[in-house]
Amino acid sequence: MTKADIVQAVYTQLGGFSKKESADLVDLAFDMMKDTLGRGEKIKISGFGNFVLRDKRQRQGRNPQTGEPIVITQRRVLNFKASQILKAALNHRVDAATPAASASATSTPARGFGGGGSRE
Amino acid sequence: MTKSELIDAIAARGQLTKARAELVVNCVFDAMTEALRAGEGIEIRGFGSFTVRPYKPYSGRNPRTGQPVPVPAKRLPFFKVGKELKEIVNDSRHLAITGGDDSDD
Repeated sequence: MTKADIVQAVYTQLGGFSKKESADLVDLAFDMMKDTLGRGEKIKISGFGNFVLRDKRQRQGRNPQTGEPIVITQRRVLNFKASQILKAALNHRVDAATPAASASATSTPARGFGGGGSRE
Repeated sequence: MTKSELIDAIAARGQLTKARAELVVNCVFDAMTEALRAGEGIEIRGFGSFTVRPYKPYSGRNPRTGQPVPVPAKRLPFFKVGKELKEIVNDSRHLAITGGDDSDD
């Protein structure tokens, strides 16, 4: 999956956005996340995972190819910690994880957020 | 930044309602979750890539009691930071890390 596939999902599943608008919104989402991390701020996406920042001290390492000792300078790194929900989604085929499927089966008529036209 | 703060930011910058922005953000992460569930990797240029890594079953231990616990085979998502984001992050070293603890909500 690439960003183009995500754009396609936004375009076809949401409706009301042109392809260009869908692409711009997906870009905006990832740009916002990049900017946030670039300010030293973590990101928590509930149900998906956390993007966390860690400061690493300088340490001694080795070039794995030559065995030569090298100094690994201090740095800040980004780690992704998957949420329990995402981990579960990868490990059980729970179709209940898609609430839309079960919700639509028992759906009562929409509680009229601007959809009142059908009831005269 | 939390998901709802991301939604607010997109609503403001993208000039759309919060309700619409929420649909967009949910759609993005749902699509990504679905891809990973299907065992497919995700590649976002400039940001990073997600892959699914299979882990074999092993015998772990309850750290409190020392009891052995069988850990079943599992699949876990793995994120590799993209080159551009890696640099952006490292360049923020002079700033304090903010955004609360790392717990799930």
